[in-house]
Amino acid sequence: MSTKKKVRVATTSLAGCFGCHMSFLDIDEAIVGLIEHVEFSRSPINDIKHCDPDCDIGLIEGGLCNAENVHVLKEFRESCKIIIAVGACAINGGVPAMRNHYTLKECLEEAYLDGIGVENPMIPNDVELPLLLSKVHPIHEVVHVDYYLPGCPPPAEAFLKVLTDLLEGKEPSLPKEILHYD
Amino acid sequence: MSEANNNTIIIDGKEIPFTEGQTIMDAALAADIYIPHLCHRPGLKPHGSCKLCTVEVNGRSASACTLPAASGQEVSNNTEALTEVRKTITQMLFVEGNHFCPSCEKTGDCTLQAVAYHLDMLDGHFPQFYPKREVDASHESIVLDRDRCIMCELCVRASREVDGKDVFAITGRGVDAKLIVNSASGKLADTDITTDDLAAHICPVGAILIKEHGYETPIGRRTFDLHTIAEPGLEPVILRKGKHADEH
Amino acid sequence: MHSNNGPDNNAGSPAQQGGDNHLLHRLYELQQQFQHIPKQAISDLATELNLPISQVESVVDFYSFFHRTARGRYDILFSNCTSCGDMAMMHKLCERLSVTPGETRADGVVSIAETSCIGMCDQGPALLVNGRTLTHLTNRRLEQIAEQVDAGTPVADWPVEWFRVHDNVRKNGLLLSTGFEAGSGLLSAIHQGPEELLEEIVKSGLRGRGGAGFSTGMKWKFCRAATGDAHYVICNADEGEPGTFKDRILLNSHAHEVFEGMTLCGYIIGAQKGYLYLRGEYRYLLPELQAVLKRRHKAKLLGENILGQQGFNFDIEIIMGAGAYICGEESALIESMEQKRGIPRVLPPFPVTKGFLDQPTVVNNVETLAAAAQIAVHGSDWFKGHGSDKSAGSKILSISGDCTTPGAYEYAFGVSIQRILDDCGAEDVQAVQVGGPSGTLIAPDEFERKLGFEDLATGGSFMIYGKDSDLLAVVQNFAHFFAHESCGFCTPCRVGTTLLRNGLDKIVRGHGTQYDVDEMFRMATLVKRRSHCGLGQTAPNPILDALKRFPGIFESRLVNSEFEPHFDLDAALEEARQISHRDDAEAHLV
Ligand SMILES: Cc1cc2nc3c(=O)[nH]c(=O)nc-3n(C[C@H](O)[C@H](O)[C@H](O)COP(=O)(O)O)c2cc1C
Ligand code: SF4
Ligand code: SF4
Ligand code: SF4
Ligand code: FES
Repeated sequence: MSTKKKVRVATTSLAGCFGCHMSFLDIDEAIVGLIEHVEFSRSPINDIKHCDPDCDIGLIEGGLCNAENVHVLKEFRESCKIIIAVGACAINGGVPAMRNHYTLKECLEEAYLDGIGVENPMIPNDVELPLLLSKVHPIHEVVHVDYYLPGCPPPAEAFLKVLTDLLEGKEPSLPKEILHYD
Repeated sequence: MSEANNNTIIIDGKEIPFTEGQTIMDAALAADIYIPHLCHRPGLKPHGSCKLCTVEVNGRSASACTLPAASGQEVSNNTEALTEVRKTITQMLFVEGNHFCPSCEKTGDCTLQAVAYHLDMLDGHFPQFYPKREVDASHESIVLDRDRCIMCELCVRASREVDGKDVFAITGRGVDAKLIVNSASGKLADTDITTDDLAAHICPVGAILIKEHGYETPIGRRTFDLHTIAEPGLEPVILRKGKHADEH
Repeated sequence: MHSNNGPDNNAGSPAQQGGDNHLLHRLYELQQQFQHIPKQAISDLATELNLPISQVESVVDFYSFFHRTARGRYDILFSNCTSCGDMAMMHKLCERLSVTPGETRADGVVSIAETSCIGMCDQGPALLVNGRTLTHLTNRRLEQIAEQVDAGTPVADWPVEWFRVHDNVRKNGLLLSTGFEAGSGLLSAIHQGPEELLEEIVKSGLRGRGGAGFSTGMKWKFCRAATGDAHYVICNADEGEPGTFKDRILLNSHAHEVFEGMTLCGYIIGAQKGYLYLRGEYRYLLPELQAVLKRRHKAKLLGENILGQQGFNFDIEIIMGAGAYICGEESALIESMEQKRGIPRVLPPFPVTKGFLDQPTVVNNVETLAAAAQIAVHGSDWFKGHGSDKSAGSKILSISGDCTTPGAYEYAFGVSIQRILDDCGAEDVQAVQVGGPSGTLIAPDEFERKLGFEDLATGGSFMIYGKDSDLLAVVQNFAHFFAHESCGFCTPCRVGTTLLRNGLDKIVRGHGTQYDVDEMFRMATLVKRRSHCGLGQTAPNPILDALKRFPGIFESRLVNSEFEPHFDLDAALEEARQISHRDDAEAHLV
């Protein structure tokens, strides 16, 4: 094992579906090579709850749909030198942002009161629940984002390419073959 | 570089011929030179609204799709600076509407998306406008999803110039501009549009779609899985695939 | 085809242009009658005028003075111009009459909103009530207006002195001091013949007063040479550039000169028809203008065989705009005359070869045409004797803002900015916006610069900002103006003017960072270089000028952080707070 300090990576899913994380794990055996240079801080992969204060790279999946998302995003921005917006939802709100067509009230009423198949109609309300933002937003509207990794999800190769570039101290770039928004 | 003779222009150092009445875009396409464009389709009257085809002609900014070619023109097209400008304009088009590619039937066959790939656009960059625009699903076989409309007016022109109808128009002003349908109810069902019309297939984005044909082509076989937008002669392919999704 | 409204869009027959049946005029009638344009009326009108429904609809939606939902029976529009606007007054009247700005009161009686500059910059604050111009607003007058509304007094019965508009000519120059006898220009024209008169106009060095400064003689020459079924003359009286009101004065007190200039132009280019396109904000001028036209008919200065000249036929009609700055751009103006949205055409072809109804057309500013009439009488040398080398003659300025005597001032070209400021009693000046928002914002170290096409060009607007005025608020006001007036045709301007407006709003709210300023600069440069028409190409000027000359007004508002959110996080939770009735610490974001 190399004695060189490993690059610390944190990851999170905000208003996302974990699809990006799944795709990331799809790098399969390449993860072995990666792990030689990388260690994971806060991430759903290891269930660490907070970022080390000196993370190198933060991978953010998902946009912002509630107050908690904003808190987590800010923690990442404060802890990570580089923030990468991963996937369609982090980049432009994605599918969750399709609720922006409606008011919050309309969404909640449809989901918890009037929708088909609703039992016990009641809009959940508890101080433990994070409040919803009136609209879903992409993360670059709230913090500075250093790089973008589009796709729904981005292909495993794209993760590998961007991380490898960064590990090698290069500007990350995506070859056209793996650049897609879907 | 050789002197430009009477009927040639120079695009990025390359001398290409033109005939009287051609625009810079016409001449470029005829010479298999790609100038990014969205509101232009050969055969329809030039429009000049999207500004993707912005070039510099003897140092001055111009729209290649509307500026008549004239000898002595030195045109910059494929430069880093112009790519940056075009990328920014494309980002402006993305944030102005609601483009959620993963859930769009046009994905993989969408010209806007393909142009964005071509320009290496990774993100929308600007804050999203998230406009609220209406969907018109009244027609039995054509759906109009205004969220994705980029106001290119290809459908407007196709309907008037080729189909001999007048189904579409743009209304409003500024960012409130939007596509409308020419009928008393404002609904597509009350127009004479049919799936045989060019207007039903020409939309470069997923704003006008044929019902019940979404996601027909598997990933890997869609237009821009197989081609890049900059490929010469792609226009007929895009249009043909717009009509028959399974053809390639 | 150059029309961006589509080739088959129906321009209507020439007979339908002007007169009561012009779409804009019919829609005005409907708006007056119903306070909005009812849906049914749109299809009825489309059928009657033989226009596509979508065309009628798109015109309704394009022009600010037409509405889909009902405005109040008293529809009050406050100018939001930095010179003739007063938003505080608007809010005050809103409060007094329980109206939400922009909306119609639930009982349908009154609506109050803002509108772009209404050209009363020398006698503001000003507003339009049911389209009538009301000037010299004071708090007392606001209260009186509220009382009239409360009492239900028809606007026609409000005291006439409230509606008085003064010329406020403060300094006469070449044009304003030279008397003009109706018909004298035409007599001279007939005497000289069209060729010779055209040469005089060319020789005079007269350049367009509407902004672009194209040689008037050359324009007429090109149009005369162009072939077509008919030729047209259009007088551009859209005067929409904030801070400009000199055409208002010419139309009010020198209409003969203007109409005679049009007639002369028709004589030279071979047109038999002229149109005056008058901005909707100047509707109060319409009755008198029509009366002047009638008088000219009677005097054989219009109509058939003018002044007894066989075959010298010329008629003038007035077309009223309906609230759209872009319709001052000549090709958009022509589209508007053709009963369409005011979308600028692709140039070339220029109007001189393919203009109104695709026929050769001259479009000239009011002042240009008035000057041409004088040149016909007094000759080119008389005109050239004034002004500078590249800028012959004089310019009427509309001076407003922080000075003791706002009004119209006419100067020979070449006069220095400082001289002008001295004349109108402007002291401690921080900046002058020369040529309106689309022009140039200059700082005191440039006050020795000269007025003229070779240095500081202006269509007439001259807005003065004293040392106490908030320049950033001014730039913000202009950014809002352009975002509101962008026609929406091309991407850079449609989206860019909104991004610029939002960027400025963020800075003004105290949430801007250096990053936002850099972004704004980048966007401003793109919009300026890549937009389709003059509106987009000049819309970023106030921002770019201010960044260059007054960087401090931005810097002092910036927060010292690398990045600030683009929206108000805590406000974004308000809807959820209301639904959940929560107000605990977790229900807020800082
Ligand atoms: C956005 C815009 C608004 C304009 N508004 C006016 C106007 O209100 N009055 C005017 O005379 N010219 C206006 N112009 C200039 C006209 O396009 C045109 O150049 C002018 O009317 C020609 O007349 P001139 O040669 O006598 O100046 C405007 C141009 C632009 C781009
Ligand atoms: S229209 Fe094109 S760019 Fe827009 S969402 Fe659909 S695929 Fe994406
Ligand atoms: S619907 Fe499609 S073709 Fe028509 S204007 Fe919109 S984007 Fe263009
Ligand atoms: S620059 Fe602005 S006003 Fe001019 S065509 Fe473009 S959108 Fe319309
Ligand atoms: S392709 Fe030329 S402006 Fe759209």
